[in-house]
Amino acid sequence: MPNMRLTKNEMPAQEPKERAKNFFEVTFGYTAESAIDEAKRCLNCKNKPCVGGCPVRIHIPDFIAKVAEGEFEEAYQIIQKTSSLPAVCGRVCPQESQCEQQCVRGRKGEPVAIGRLERFVADWHNANSCDLPVKAEPNGYKVAVVGSGPAGLTCAGDLAKRGYDVTVFEALHLAGGVLSYGIPEFRLPKAIVQKEIDNLKALGVKVETNMVIGRVLSVDELLESGFEAVFVGSGAGLPRFMNIPGENLKSVFSANEFLTRVNLMKAYKEDARTPVFHAKKVAVVGGGNVAMDAARCALRLGAEEVSVIYRRSKEEMPARAEEVEHAEEEGIVFRFLTNPTEILEGEGGTVGGIRCVRMELGEPDASGRRRPVEVAGSEFVIGCDCVIMAIGTSPNPLIKNTTDGLETQRWGGIIADEHGQTSREGVFAGGDAVTGAATVILAMGAGKTAAEAMDAYIQKKHA
Amino acid sequence: MFEIVKKRELNPTVTLMEVSAPFIARKAQPGQFIILRVDGEGERIPLTVADYDREKGTVTIIFQIVGGTTARLNRLHEGDCIHDFVGPLGEPSAVEGLKKVAVVGGGVGCAIAYPVAKKLHELGAEVHGIIGFRNKDLVILEEEFRAVCDVFKMMTDDGSYGEKGLVTNALRALIEAGNTYDEVIAIGPVPMMKFVSLLTKEFGIKTVVSMNPIMIDGTGRCGCCRLTVAGKTKFACVDGPDFDGHEVDYDEIMKRASTYKEFEQRERELACNLFKKEVR
Repeated sequence: MPNMRLTKNEMPAQEPKERAKNFFEVTFGYTAESAIDEAKRCLNCKNKPCVGGCPVRIHIPDFIAKVAEGEFEEAYQIIQKTSSLPAVCGRVCPQESQCEQQCVRGRKGEPVAIGRLERFVADWHNANSCDLPVKAEPNGYKVAVVGSGPAGLTCAGDLAKRGYDVTVFEALHLAGGVLSYGIPEFRLPKAIVQKEIDNLKALGVKVETNMVIGRVLSVDELLESGFEAVFVGSGAGLPRFMNIPGENLKSVFSANEFLTRVNLMKAYKEDARTPVFHAKKVAVVGGGNVAMDAARCALRLGAEEVSVIYRRSKEEMPARAEEVEHAEEEGIVFRFLTNPTEILEGEGGTVGGIRCVRMELGEPDASGRRRPVEVAGSEFVIGCDCVIMAIGTSPNPLIKNTTDGLETQRWGGIIADEHGQTSREGVFAGGDAVTGAATVILAMGAGKTAAEAMDAYIQKKHA
Repeated sequence: MFEIVKKRELNPTVTLMEVSAPFIARKAQPGQFIILRVDGEGERIPLTVADYDREKGTVTIIFQIVGGTTARLNRLHEGDCIHDFVGPLGEPSAVEGLKKVAVVGGGVGCAIAYPVAKKLHELGAEVHGIIGFRNKDLVILEEEFRAVCDVFKMMTDDGSYGEKGLVTNALRALIEAGNTYDEVIAIGPVPMMKFVSLLTKEFGIKTVVSMNPIMIDGTGRCGCCRLTVAGKTKFACVDGPDFDGHEVDYDEIMKRASTYKEFEQRERELACNLFKKEVR
C-alpha cells in the first residue's frame, strides 16, 4: 500500500538565524528512513507524467521504487543512466515547475518530493559506493567540448559513455562553470561539484582548464587538429546592466562579479586573497535564482539589511520556490513592483542609495507575464551602500566572432536546431549560449540531446 | 603549471619574467594580456603581454610590485611554476596601416607600450618614442625602445635622467616642431593618459590608450572591468583594453580602481611580513 500522506517529508535545515551567518549548506537532506517513507508516496502510476517533465528524462518511478525497497545503489544506477549530475540536480533543479509539477499526487496535496529523493540517492552513492564508473570501450574518435558547465559536462559524460575520447576546454582555472563560480556553497557545496567532475574523469573525460576557446585555439583549429566534432556550451556571458545613471559607481556590481568573488575565489573566507565588498545595506536588482544567491551571499557576508528589488510581483518571480522561501526566512526584504531609475552617489564614490519607481501590472507581454508599468510620480529612495545587478546576461561574442559561418540570433545567441546542430558542420551547441540565461537542467538537457546528435553525425561520417 | 624560464629585475620594483606557455605564445599579439594566479589560493590578476617568442613558446610579462599578489609573484624564481596562466585575452592593438606614430609610455606602462612600438617598427612605421619615469632608478626598457624608435625622448620628473619634465612636455614639443602623427598611443598611469589625451585633443590627433582596470575572469563574464567610453559602458577585457583616449571617462576609472584599497593595503603588508620572516 502506498503512503497516502498528503504532504512531503520535511527536509531538515539549519535554523534561518544561524545559517544567515555561515556558508554551510542550508539543508541536510533526508535520512534513509525519511527517504524510504517519502518514496512510498509514489503511486508508480502507469503514465509516469513526471518523466515527461524532466529535461533529461530520468526514469523517476523506477528509481523511487528502488528507494522504497531500500536499494539505494540500484536507485543511483537508474538515475545515472540518464543524468550525469544527480547530486547537483537534486539540489538546484526547479522541480516545482518540472517533474513534481506533473506528479499526480500533487492534484490533491503535495507531489512526491522527487528532487529531495534524487539528492538523497546521489549523496548516499557518493558517501557509500567506492565503485568507479566503468569506462566504455574506446571507439577511437575524439570530440571537443567548449565549457565545463552543466551543458558541457553532460555532453562530455554522455559521449564518454559511448566510447568517445572527450576533451573539455574550460576558460577559468576551475571546472564546473556556473556550478563553481555562480551557485553558492550553501546551496551547492563545491565538494559535490568536484565529486561529479571526478566521476566524469573516471569515465575518461579530460578537462583542460585555462583554455579560452576563441582566443588560444579557435573552433576551426579544434576541428583541424583531429576532433571529429565540437560542442559549444560556453554559457551566458556578459552581464547586463540597466543603463541608468550611477551604475559605474564603486560599489555597484554585476551578480556575476559578486558571486564569482564569493564562490570561485572564496572571498567569504577570512584568509582569502581576493577581496569582496562588505556592505551594510545591499540592494539586489532582479528576481531570478541569481538574485536570490547574491542577496543571500551578501547577508552571509555580514550585511545588516538586504533587499531584493523586483519590477513585477511575487507570482512572476522566476526564482526557484524553495530559494525564495529560504531567503524570506533568512530575513531578506522583498520589494515587489519596484524598479530602479538611478543609483545615487554616497561617500567616496560608493553608492549612497537607489532611486526607484513603483510599478503596476498591465497587459501580458510576449513572455505571457503581465507587463509592469510605472506609476507616475511614485519615485522614492532606498538607502543602501551597495547595489548588485542580477538582471540577466547577453551572450559572449568570442566564439561567434572567431568561428566563420557560425550563425547567431540578432541578440547574439548561437542558432542551433532541436538536436543542437549549428550552421557549421561538426559544430553543435547548447545551454545558455543558445537559449540565453536559463536553468542548469535545461542546459543539461541540451548537452544530452547534442551528444546523441554528435554520435549520430560521427557514426554516419565514418560509416 | 607554467614554468618561469627567465627572471630579471629591471629596477628595484619592476621585474621581468619569461614564462613557458606555448599555446599562448603562438597566438599573442601586442596589446593583449594574460591572467595569472601565482598559486592554488591566489587571486586572478591581469598583466599585459610584454613580448612573446613563438618558437621558444614563451610569453614575457613585466610587473611592478604593488600589492600582495605581485609580491608573491616576485618571490618565484627561474624554474618555479606559476599555477595558472591564461590568454591571450583582449583585442590586439590596431596598428596596421599607421605610417607615423608617437608612442608614449609612463612608468611600468612602458612594458605595454614597448611591444606596440616594436610591432609598428617591424611594420615600417616611423615611431617616435617618449617614455617617462619618476627618477633615474626607475627607468626600464631604454635600450629596447631606442632600438625600435626613430626619435626617442627620455623624461624624468626630477631631471635625474634624460630631460626634466613630463611626457606631455616632450609630446607637445614634438607636435609644435611640426611632426604630424597618424596616431598617438599612450600607455601608463591613468592621469598620464588623461593629460596626453587632453593635449592631443587640442591638436585633433587620434589617440589610443590602454586600460588596465581590476578584472576577475577576463573573458567578459563579470563586468568588473567596465568603464565609460563615449557615454557608453564598455568592458575592458573584451571590448579593449585599447580605447579612444578622447572618449574615456578617466575620473570614473580612478574612482573604481580604489574599490579595494583597504584590502590591498592589508594584503601588501601581509605579503611583506611573510617575506621579512623568510629573509630572517
